[in-house]
Amino acid sequence: MSITFGRFSNQPAEFGKFGFQKLNWHAVIIAPNLKSISAIVPALRRGVEMPYEELNKESLLWMYETMVTIRRFEEQSRREADAGKLRGMHSSIGQEAVPTGICAHLNEKDYVLGTHRSHHHCIAKGLDINEMMAELLGKSTGTGKGKGGTMHIADINKGMLGANGVVGSNIPVATGVALTAKVKGTDQVSVVFFGDGASSQGVLHESMNLAGIWKLPVIFVCENNRYAEATPFEYSVAGGSVANRADGYGIPGVTIDGQSALDVFEVSKEAVSRARMGEGPTLIEAQTYRYQGHFGADDPLGYRSKEEQEYYMSRDCILMLQKHILDGAYANETQLAAIDMKCIEAVNTATEFANNSPFPDPKELITDVYVTY
Amino acid sequence: MTQAQTVRQISFIQAINEALRQEMHRDPDVIVMGEDIAGGGEREDFQDAWGGPMRLTKGLVNDFGRLRVRDTPISEAGFVGAGVGAAASGLRPVVDLMYVSFYGVCADQITNNAAKMHYMFGGKVKVPLTIMTGIGAGTNSAAQHSETLYSIFTHFPGLKCVVPSNPYNAKGLMAAAIRDDDPVIVFNNRQLMGLRFEDNVPEESYTVEIGKSELKTQGEDITLLGIGYTTRVCMEAAALLEERGYSVEVLDLLSLSPMDEDAILSSVKKTRKIVIVDEDYPRCSIATDISALVAEEAFDYLDAPPKRVTPPHTQVPYSRPLEALFVPTKEKVLAAALEVLE
Repeated sequence: MSITFGRFSNQPAEFGKFGFQKLNWHAVIIAPNLKSISAIVPALRRGVEMPYEELNKESLLWMYETMVTIRRFEEQSRREADAGKLRGMHSSIGQEAVPTGICAHLNEKDYVLGTHRSHHHCIAKGLDINEMMAELLGKSTGTGKGKGGTMHIADINKGMLGANGVVGSNIPVATGVALTAKVKGTDQVSVVFFGDGASSQGVLHESMNLAGIWKLPVIFVCENNRYAEATPFEYSVAGGSVANRADGYGIPGVTIDGQSALDVFEVSKEAVSRARMGEGPTLIEAQTYRYQGHFGADDPLGYRSKEEQEYYMSRDCILMLQKHILDGAYANETQLAAIDMKCIEAVNTATEFANNSPFPDPKELITDVYVTY
Repeated sequence: MTQAQTVRQISFIQAINEALRQEMHRDPDVIVMGEDIAGGGEREDFQDAWGGPMRLTKGLVNDFGRLRVRDTPISEAGFVGAGVGAAASGLRPVVDLMYVSFYGVCADQITNNAAKMHYMFGGKVKVPLTIMTGIGAGTNSAAQHSETLYSIFTHFPGLKCVVPSNPYNAKGLMAAAIRDDDPVIVFNNRQLMGLRFEDNVPEESYTVEIGKSELKTQGEDITLLGIGYTTRVCMEAAALLEERGYSVEVLDLLSLSPMDEDAILSSVKKTRKIVIVDEDYPRCSIATDISALVAEEAFDYLDAPPKRVTPPHTQVPYSRPLEALFVPTKEKVLAAALEVLE
């Protein structure tokens, strides 16, 4: 079965579907032709409950609340970092739509694996932000009892098998998680996020090959935020496309507008369906933008222009979703303001919880190294 | 019934094969994967073409099918990493890393993921992964297919490392590794693989406890400490020393992490002398580590400084006469022991 969708082609790009202006990416974005995808891959789901099936009021407001929570959480994380309470805070501001649109289709039994920049993956997967903030501050009440920190947040009960501080390192791990689903015969899906920098790591290619020959239910999601630390995408990615690399492994690769939660939602719905149906892996390259520096203390204006930043920030994913919600009358401004306030209060609660929590007991230095030893 | 009839002798390879088969029967979550683990990929007419490069997995695909016995591409970072993910999400994978030297292309998955996930995630994620890998010189395989390298993995908190020395403990340690909830690396010496030993290997399933050494012979004058293949060398040297009237204690370490420090110290406190025989490179090695342990913890009991017998700080050579100079031999152990004794 040969499935191709959303690949780079010479067809004119279909922009403006949701009223957004044409982008000036170095690589051309092809907005996916959603109808044709649906025609190729009928949404058979073997009775599996996907939390959000369709774009409607419920799913749109869930995405909005999730994305605003991420934004407020990251702003507060930055304040905590600036106050000297944590180091190496990799902010995901600007990239909220990507994990949100995908996790809308995942349940708690599905797995997500992340990167060094993974707070947004964790929140979108439903992790408790109190425990997350506590982990950032190294407190005993954190997701990993304060032993992992900002780059190693995990909660297996929520299907978050961990952020990972080594670029690309989680890609084969996620492939193995998908192998478990295949061997056990479940319809679980494994989603791994990585950046454009990780697309140059050999393990992506090894994993796409393995997932390709074994038809594993894994979704490779490249958050192309244009920068591998301080090195721009157009310098480090030969061929100018991550999605195109799927071609070599016989799996679908699609490039989407990662600033559009709606595009992410629709495309990932098909990718998740494919995985659940046993049709194998999908590679999604979501074009997005990191608003802040790589880790906070660096000034991104050292390697990119103010004009570029302003351009991408003008396509803010939260504002775009907000506009769609208001234009479609799914909610009014008062209702959205109430959600905003709820998110701020939740982050305030998390901050208070984290700051008031104790540091780990000294004995925790040498516990949890092994299950038994 | 004579004693000869009660002793069941099988080879090291058969012992590991038997452990894998029994564990796969016992637990449907056990899977095996690696290069040519069956051989022949999915070609119906050529199923089980190899049964593993060392024949360790021969016949498994016929018994358990391709879902659980998986030929992989030559892609160690990919499939060792997949083993980590499979382990963390509910399987008990056994991954074959054909030669330990190939760790160089998948080290990140072993040391950054398998070893660290349990700790980093606050003890809430388990990684019951078993990696089995071939080690050792003496097979005319040159520098990239002859290393030992277990000291590298012993260095990492979070990993367990075991080194069987005969078919009995090869079978028991493999079963124990698979049932263990932590990542365990089983280092199988290739010089031992084809050999049968006098030891009885029960047909039924059993485990050998990880972290425990075995006292092969009890003696009063000197302790010879062996690891895997060098335990055999120690036994040969012990026979030579017994001929000269010495009473020799041979300790088979079996497990490097955890390490049976109590057994090492109690033996050396009794014999007051120790020769540590290790096939790994000499710098930052297990032999060096044990030497330091003995010096720090049993100094007052020693009649002579701890002595190490290791290869020189060099590569494993291809040429057979040169390679014979690399691996510790009974003659070298004898000479070292006599130096310590006299």
